[in-house]
Amino acid sequence: MEISLLFLPLIASIISGFFGKYIGDRNSEIITSLFVIVSALLSISIFYNVITNGYENNIVIASWISSGTLNVNWSIKIDPLSSVMLVVVTVISALVHIYSIGYMTHDPHKPRFMAYLSLFTFAMLTLVTADNFLQLFFGWEGVGLCSYFLIGFWFKKDTANAAAIKAFLVNRVGDFGLALGIFLIFYLFGTVNYDEVFLKIPELVNKEISLLNNSSPFAFLGTEVRSIDIICLFLFVGAMGKSAQLFLHTWLPDAMEGPTPVSALIHAATMVTAGVFLVVRCSPIFEYSILALNVVTIIGMSTALFAATVALVQTDIKKIIAYSTCSQLGYMFFAAGVGAYNVAMFHLFTHAFFKALLFLGSGSVIHAFNNEQNINKMGNVWKKIPYTWIMMIIGTLALTGFPFLSGFYSKDAIIEFAYLKGNTTGIIASYIGIFTAFLTSLYSWRLIFKTFHGKFNNEEIKKEKIHESPIVMILPLIILSVGSIFAGFLFKDLFIGLSDNFNFWNDSIKFLNPLSNEHPPLSIIIITPILVILSIPISYYLFIKNKKITNSIVEANKFLYNFFLNKWYFDELYKFILVEPAKKIGLFFWQSIDVKIIDKFGPDGISKLVKFFSLKAKTFQSGYIYQYAFIMLLGFSAILTFLILN
Amino acid sequence: MDFPILSSLILLPTVGALFLLFTKVSTIKSQQTIKYVALFVTFVNFFISIYLWYLFDKSIYQFQFVEEKIWLDGFVNYKVGVDGISILFIILTTFITPLCIISVNNSIKSRLKDFLIAILILESLMIGVFCSLDLVVFYLFFEGGLIPMFLIIGIWGGERRVYSAFKFFLYTLLGSVLMLIAIIVIYLTSGTTDVVKLYDLGINTDYQNLLWLAFFSSFAVKTPMWPVHTWLPDAHVEAPTAGSVLLAAILLKMAGYGFLRFSVGLFPIASEFFVPLIYGLSLIAIIYTSLVALMQEDMKKLIAYSSVAHMGFVTLGIFTFTQQGLEGSIIQMISHGLVAAALFFSVGVLYDRTHSRLIETYGGLVSLIPKYSILLMIFTLAAVGLPGTSGFVGEFLILIGAFQDNFIVAAVASLGVILGAAYMLWLYKRVIFGELKNKQLLTIDELNKSELFILICLTLPVLFFGFYPEPLLNTVEVSVSNLIQMYNNNLIISGNSNG
Repeated sequence: MEISLLFLPLIASIISGFFGKYIGDRNSEIITSLFVIVSALLSISIFYNVITNGYENNIVIASWISSGTLNVNWSIKIDPLSSVMLVVVTVISALVHIYSIGYMTHDPHKPRFMAYLSLFTFAMLTLVTADNFLQLFFGWEGVGLCSYFLIGFWFKKDTANAAAIKAFLVNRVGDFGLALGIFLIFYLFGTVNYDEVFLKIPELVNKEISLLNNSSPFAFLGTEVRSIDIICLFLFVGAMGKSAQLFLHTWLPDAMEGPTPVSALIHAATMVTAGVFLVVRCSPIFEYSILALNVVTIIGMSTALFAATVALVQTDIKKIIAYSTCSQLGYMFFAAGVGAYNVAMFHLFTHAFFKALLFLGSGSVIHAFNNEQNINKMGNVWKKIPYTWIMMIIGTLALTGFPFLSGFYSKDAIIEFAYLKGNTTGIIASYIGIFTAFLTSLYSWRLIFKTFHGKFNNEEIKKEKIHESPIVMILPLIILSVGSIFAGFLFKDLFIGLSDNFNFWNDSIKFLNPLSNEHPPLSIIIITPILVILSIPISYYLFIKNKKITNSIVEANKFLYNFFLNKWYFDELYKFILVEPAKKIGLFFWQSIDVKIIDKFGPDGISKLVKFFSLKAKTFQSGYIYQYAFIMLLGFSAILTFLILN
Repeated sequence: MDFPILSSLILLPTVGALFLLFTKVSTIKSQQTIKYVALFVTFVNFFISIYLWYLFDKSIYQFQFVEEKIWLDGFVNYKVGVDGISILFIILTTFITPLCIISVNNSIKSRLKDFLIAILILESLMIGVFCSLDLVVFYLFFEGGLIPMFLIIGIWGGERRVYSAFKFFLYTLLGSVLMLIAIIVIYLTSGTTDVVKLYDLGINTDYQNLLWLAFFSSFAVKTPMWPVHTWLPDAHVEAPTAGSVLLAAILLKMAGYGFLRFSVGLFPIASEFFVPLIYGLSLIAIIYTSLVALMQEDMKKLIAYSSVAHMGFVTLGIFTFTQQGLEGSIIQMISHGLVAAALFFSVGVLYDRTHSRLIETYGGLVSLIPKYSILLMIFTLAAVGLPGTSGFVGEFLILIGAFQDNFIVAAVASLGVILGAAYMLWLYKRVIFGELKNKQLLTIDELNKSELFILICLTLPVLFFGFYPEPLLNTVEVSVSNLIQMYNNNLIISGNSNG
């Protein structure tokens, strides 16, 4: 069952990718969707089995690399953690497959698109079912590759190509950290299998390695550091890249160049959560590193806040949601950082539903507006596209944490646990969490109001032409909205229940110290919902009723506005300190060192030298006997002098 | 004595070449015939080498299929044999050569017969390099390979072919002269040039450093390592497709093989001593040439520079003296042999159609030649070292090996992986994606059957060994661990005698 679950998407991808031309567009769509749906059903049944029977399994498919003491297998590991990810990945993927049938109707490359989607699903499944770090890395790079393909799907657009490469490269920077983490794990433990590594972790708790000094030649700085801290920080760099956390986030907004279903699947629900999954999966390591946990918390909360401020002023509907994703991933990280891994997973789970819903909904809007993405060119169409409108409202309510929808349970739990953690970072994180929740609500409602209400602002397309999307696109939205409403309420006991006699997570998440089961002060519990509810009229007032105030706020804070609008100038900074210098240095190495120094003084220089001397030597071969005789005479006298002097 | 399978492998292409030499080629039909003859010979050779792999016993480290013939009055003997390391390179050689011959249809327009002869002779010499067990024999094969390659570049090359050919020849010859002197010194001091005997005897530690440097000067040029790498881009740019392929896929590997067999095997103490030098130069190769590759405008030059970077990983891996590092280096060489060959074939495909190697000529090819685009994507990804391709296995093992020895070195080398992705993907984007700007490209043809065959032949092992590198790792495992064992024993002995 597990094997077919894993390989069905791959088979679908191969069929559609290589034989799509022969079986036709429609068949490709049907086959890929069907296979992934079957995969999703299998996942659900496994998930059910895990919940009810505590089912766990570790299937070894084949050996991959064995070199010396390094032995790595292709395998499928089923435990509570991976079963949750299986459900998230396959269910969202199946819905996105179905949705794409409608969304990509006019695209000439449908089989290729479906093949990429299925391939992505396969890569993501290998990532979550790995029982070792190397297979994780395989999946990790695999999803990155599919993301690259899908962002650049419209290959004629230069912006899409640039965004695809940027995504791949920024992710590679993260992967660089992850790879170093894996190397260090192998160096210290002699294995890369989760179970074996996790078993040995406690022995290493106080071990310090003098990093930078395991061999003499390059010994410098003899810094001694706790090895576990270093492992965790490296792994986290990988997680930051994939999950678009601050400093490595720049690729995610650009990734919106890809088709919208891709954004929903890869850049909202699944791939970008791989970083969170990694941290949770490695909870047996992170638990021993207070330093790393604090770093995770700080990066998480900074990202949450940063992305929310940027989302507040963007005008591209997809970019707003992209920054929102970034921000919500920040929440998940700081949940993990305060040790509430289960809460992080819970938010990951609920977020998958409502964020996919928002993206697919925005896709439906974009579809209706004939590929317009600027929310300033929309408005007043809620009657025209009522289903989309309702779904988007549900998604927004769930995202903002409106009481009793799914985001309410997971986001508030994060804030509460951060607060209960009791240390400084935890408390700051909870305050930032509350403030960000308010911002989230503001920008989400701004999006809704500007898109669906107010005045109709589009000049290129007549309002009468705006039409609702076909049923294949609406159906997935409905399913997702059901998930967005009920997922939190239904699963909260399972994911973050505190009862002692039932522990869903079993050993897949490690808590060194049990989570606090006290209740935070009432003020912390109620402030978020109050802010969230209040923000609805506030944003209605600001963005619909009285735009003058908004404009005057913008005018008064021009600097801040531009700062947010330009995404804190991260792109410009990186271009200035990394991209341009790399090009200049490359050119310098090539033109100045290779050509002007090495070649000039090396081969060309030597051959010139040889030529020069042979030209000189040539003049001796004049052919005149008296010259030769003269030289001979000189030679003789020299030898004679030498002999006499001796 | 058993059937001399190694000598047959070495000689068969030469016999084929002789046959061609005495064939009169006048009509187009006879041109086809001689091509088939050459193809037949190299295919037979390939199957013999596969059979050799089948016969090969992976569980022992000793050299197998050893043949020894008295030559030069017994003071230098013709001795050949294979172990787990060399057998893979032999198969790589016999695998790539027929593909090169298939490709001549599309790229070689004049003097086909001479070209085929050059390639066949080159194959003989290359196989000879990988199985010689005597330093003098090795030297002859190693240097002999220069001549056909010199001719291939000089006769069938591009506009600046003569400059490039001489640059190639001089660079490599200069390095090798020192190696020859070193071989003479070894004979004078140890009384033999038999590699197996020398392994047992050991080389006097007083001379090791100098001898190591002499061998190094030859291998460094051929690898090529920074700063003696500048012949490679020129040679690649001017060489015809088949020449570039053989150069990148096999000739460069001779140096890596030389490091393994001779530098590490014969001079373990000096190898240990010079680790910082190798690490330094390897890192420079990886970072420096990756940055240079980023700025190239000529596709062949870009790939040539990327070869330097990839070979930097190889030298790095060898001198970690860890099981993973050494095995990784071998896998990396095999993988680079396949991938670089494929990339040069791919560039050749475009060059044959448009006669331009400049990146700016292209763009928007994906909708015109989709098959080509897919295959090129696979090779690009393999060059980038994506998991699931053979490139990943090699790089990963090298880095994991390097990490056990020196953290900083591994970290800096890993940066090269990021740069590698940058220049390869950027290249791909500029050639394949984007808007079609050059109207001449509209009539560009999709891959023909022979081109498709070549590229698919290269795709399969790249992917197969990416997912399942066991056959390769199995083959080299015992030989590599023996090499490391020997190395460690030597260090212990010298440590004792010094202490």
